[in-house]
Amino acid sequence: MEQLQELTDEALARVEAATDLKALDDVRVHYLGKKGVLTAQLKELGRLPAEERPAAGQAVNAAKERVAEAIEARRTALAEAEREAQLARERVDVTLPGRRPAAGALHPITSTIERIEHFFAGLGFRVAEGPEVEDDTHNFEALNIPAHHPARAMHDTFYFDAHRVLRTHTSPVQIRAMEQQKPPLRAIAPGRVYRCDSDLTHSPMFHQIEGLCVDEDITFADLRGILDAFLRGFFERDDLATRFRPSYFPFTEPSAEVDIQCVHCGGDGCRVCKHTGWLEVMGCGMVHPNVLGHVGIDPEAYTGFAFGLGVERMAMLRHGVNDLRLFFDNDIRFIGQFGQAG
Amino acid sequence: MRISIEWLQDWLQIDETPQDLGHRLTMAGLELDAIEPAAPAFHGVRVGRVLTVEPHPDADRLRVCQVEAGENEPLNIVCGAPNVYAGMVAPVAVVGAELPGEFRIKRSKLRGVASEGMLCSARELGLAEDAEGLLDLPADLEPGADLRTAMGLDDHVLDVDLTPNRADCLGMRGIARECSALLDRPLHAGDIAAVTPELDRRVQVQVEDEQACPVYSARVLEGLDAGATTPLWMSERLRRAGVRPISAIVDVTNYVMLELGQPLHAFDADRCGDTIRVRRGGEGETLTLLGGEQTVKLSPADLVIADAEQPLALAGIMGGASSAVDAETTRVVLECAHFAPRALAGRAREHGLHTDASHRFERGVDPTLVPQAMERASALLVSICGGACGPVVTAGEIPSVQREGAITLRATRIQRLLGVALEAGVVERILRALDCVVESGDEGEWRVFAPRARFDLEREEDLIEELARVHGYDRLPRTLPRPVAPVPPDSGLKALREGLTRRGFHEVISFSFIDREVSRGFYPEVEPLALANPIASDMSVMRPGLWPGLVTTAAWNTARQQNDLRLFEHGLRFVPDASGLRQEPRLAGLMTGRAVPEHWEGEARELDFFDASGEVEMLCTGLDAPLRLRAERHPALHDGQSARVLAGEDPIGWVGRLHPALAERFDLGAVFLFDLDARAVCHDPVPQFRPLSAYPSIRRDLALVVAEEVPAGDLLAAIEALDLPLLREVRLFDVYRGKGLNPGEKSLALGLILQAFERTLDESDVAGVTDAVVAQLESRFNATLRH
Repeated sequence: MEQLQELTDEALARVEAATDLKALDDVRVHYLGKKGVLTAQLKELGRLPAEERPAAGQAVNAAKERVAEAIEARRTALAEAEREAQLARERVDVTLPGRRPAAGALHPITSTIERIEHFFAGLGFRVAEGPEVEDDTHNFEALNIPAHHPARAMHDTFYFDAHRVLRTHTSPVQIRAMEQQKPPLRAIAPGRVYRCDSDLTHSPMFHQIEGLCVDEDITFADLRGILDAFLRGFFERDDLATRFRPSYFPFTEPSAEVDIQCVHCGGDGCRVCKHTGWLEVMGCGMVHPNVLGHVGIDPEAYTGFAFGLGVERMAMLRHGVNDLRLFFDNDIRFIGQFGQAG
Repeated sequence: MRISIEWLQDWLQIDETPQDLGHRLTMAGLELDAIEPAAPAFHGVRVGRVLTVEPHPDADRLRVCQVEAGENEPLNIVCGAPNVYAGMVAPVAVVGAELPGEFRIKRSKLRGVASEGMLCSARELGLAEDAEGLLDLPADLEPGADLRTAMGLDDHVLDVDLTPNRADCLGMRGIARECSALLDRPLHAGDIAAVTPELDRRVQVQVEDEQACPVYSARVLEGLDAGATTPLWMSERLRRAGVRPISAIVDVTNYVMLELGQPLHAFDADRCGDTIRVRRGGEGETLTLLGGEQTVKLSPADLVIADAEQPLALAGIMGGASSAVDAETTRVVLECAHFAPRALAGRAREHGLHTDASHRFERGVDPTLVPQAMERASALLVSICGGACGPVVTAGEIPSVQREGAITLRATRIQRLLGVALEAGVVERILRALDCVVESGDEGEWRVFAPRARFDLEREEDLIEELARVHGYDRLPRTLPRPVAPVPPDSGLKALREGLTRRGFHEVISFSFIDREVSRGFYPEVEPLALANPIASDMSVMRPGLWPGLVTTAAWNTARQQNDLRLFEHGLRFVPDASGLRQEPRLAGLMTGRAVPEHWEGEARELDFFDASGEVEMLCTGLDAPLRLRAERHPALHDGQSARVLAGEDPIGWVGRLHPALAERFDLGAVFLFDLDARAVCHDPVPQFRPLSAYPSIRRDLALVVAEEVPAGDLLAAIEALDLPLLREVRLFDVYRGKGLNPGEKSLALGLILQAFERTLDESDVAGVTDAVVAQLESRFNATLRH
């Protein structure tokens, strides 16, 4: 039986020497397989005298068990080492820049319009549209601005012929909305407008949003209330001071311009507000009876308000943009600044 | 309008600071633009009387003057001004004075002669841009008096922007009326006495268009000294109003215009006939205007003042050169008339003119001012230039101060419009302060007669605006209209935009007007709508499509090292056609550069056609008909990479690669473009649930050989047309050419995915579908299975 001891020692040494699972399995087959050398020892038992067989059998089984245990332990160790090696192999530099899709962005004019539309949608104002090449009637006449009215001189109109112009404001959409729908009516009309003027602070094309509300009981107080709420919401300032200043538009009466407390200096006076503490942001008023009459709405039965604002100005104030021309250069390094997170 | 507060006090006491008064005006709709001091800061300047003028012993150009300046002894002052004379009253800056520009006056010696101060010009005091000599002050000023006090220089000028409806405030008296109403403070009486005519000379006045000129007055003045000096008080007020003094006669007409708001004109009576005609211009007539530099062509649209021979003036706009007053003038015909706004509307602009007179008449001048302004100007002319007046000859009737026809004002309407009731006392006070005559009407009503000065008060709403304005907008309440249901968001376009930005597109907004040549390059078949008055030649026609703007924007960005671009724009295109002009919303995009952002792995693929067509597929998911692309040429696109986008059979747009010739013109590489009908793609249907199958799907791959020119899209459409119920999806996953195929052939690999809802499919199902597909493609496209 010295042979058994030798075999066992030799098997254990080879188990220890196996460096991968394949080699280890070879060792297992060599010693413990059906034709393995330790298995063969059991077959040798028949040659022993009967009284020695039980003890010898036990010894062989014990040896097989020891070897099997060693193999199992070695297998676990090798599997662990292999997993470790795999993890090491697959290690990445987690600080390398991630692979992210190119991000785009909406133009800040669009996002400003969407923001304003969203506010007024909550108050029941539906988006209305109109043509940009507009007829003289809708752009002027129906808005109580007859030919040669001094207010026309303020508009610097682009024209095509005697009857067609590029709309100078979004107010003609008021008229189209009222032609299409009888009161009650709440509409908001964003869009491009055009004036024949170009310098540091004027672009020949810019954007306005027109709002219109006509019903049986609309008052100037409603106009004040709604624009106050809008401006506070837009600038996200509950304590934003606003003021209504009398003004003149041929298509509204009473008419007003709306000022907000300067968002740069908080009303103390600075270059942006020309040291007045106030910034003009909107024009508005009660729809002129002539305008209602023109579209066949009885001004005795209905009243309404209208307002208009310049989108570029609102976007500049909200985002701190200091040059109007940036909006129309369309440099993606500019537009990209207005992308949304995530 | 520039308002001197000192001048305003002719009618009204002003206790407010200039800032407070300016604020009150702003909050009443007369927006304050600026407050300016009447004179810059200086001190130590007194009224001086020059007693003696002696030559300087050592300098030809200098004189040595003894000047009485309120000290015990006269001051010895060396002076270089050419106009100094003994007896002159002029400003003197005494030792210690500080002039504008921090210029301190010290005791000094000029060429050896001691000088104890400086005699000053208007320029040195900051009262004029330039001056020819010392400021010649009125002789009755007290020597030694502080100049600021003597000239009233501690005044302020409020520069106020007037809206076109407030022509009544284009005169100081109108401003005073407004301030009186705003401050609730009475106006001083400002009665203007008539001047007694001492001459019998008169002109004939013939008005041939009484609608355009309802009132025309003229009067002859003789014996005038055209060289008389305009008194300091008047020239100072003119200066503060921003009007340059010209000559006594012209200064008087300007002064009365600024004071009352009524323009006047003086003709040299020796240069015009005895008959004044107010008539239409004749075709072919011309008139050389004051100053002699501009000659206008007249037409019957113009109203002119003429004598029997020739036109003398453009009525209400500007006088002519031939009858202008000058230094030799001794006799004038003074014109004071009312021209109707409608008659003058647009005329000045037509001739490229804009004058103080046309500005006022276009907006409306109170016709009842005619006699007042005539008498006021006559009195001033006689007192300044001497001479005497003839009688006033007037054609037409001076109307009543109030307009005929009462405006009914209802308390209920006030509340209805403003959202608050105003007390009757407040209503009446405000309207009366604005010169309205207010009578009680029926219960809760007033009968209001507006003054003629207020062209903007015609109806009830006009009066309500006045009430709100004078009462103060900030004192009116704030409410909200009754709530209504919110409008659900119109998400179609919004969703498309958000999808595009998420896929790396930047939105741009380009001008709707473009260069005509660029338009021709992209859309040679469209004759674009052209502006009559473009602001620049590269913005002269309305864009027939959005690509020129996108390509121009791409060029701008690549010139700034931004080479990987995905841009889109939403906006109108303008296509003239037989029926007029189509203004259609489009959604267009541009892609150039790398397909994916640069990354350290270094897999850089350039964009190609299929990146662009893939975008089109993404944008068209809401179409209600199947999307198809059809190879078709577009003048702006690469012939071999250009496709029509179809929804079913309807063309809704284009996709393709920018023609290399155009790309080169804009210095760009490969550029891919799409352009879609925004209305067609903006559908955002509510997703409708379709059941999922519980049974496994089976995939069968087929490789089919077809001729090169067979479009893959047709193949797929033909399979779809079979409408096989078990065929869930067809994936085209490979296109192969080359070894194993004949030249002119290609192999398309299709993955057919089959699935049923009620059972697991077996081989016979699969065979049925694949056989049907193969048979269809064989018969339609002569396709063969590749093994």
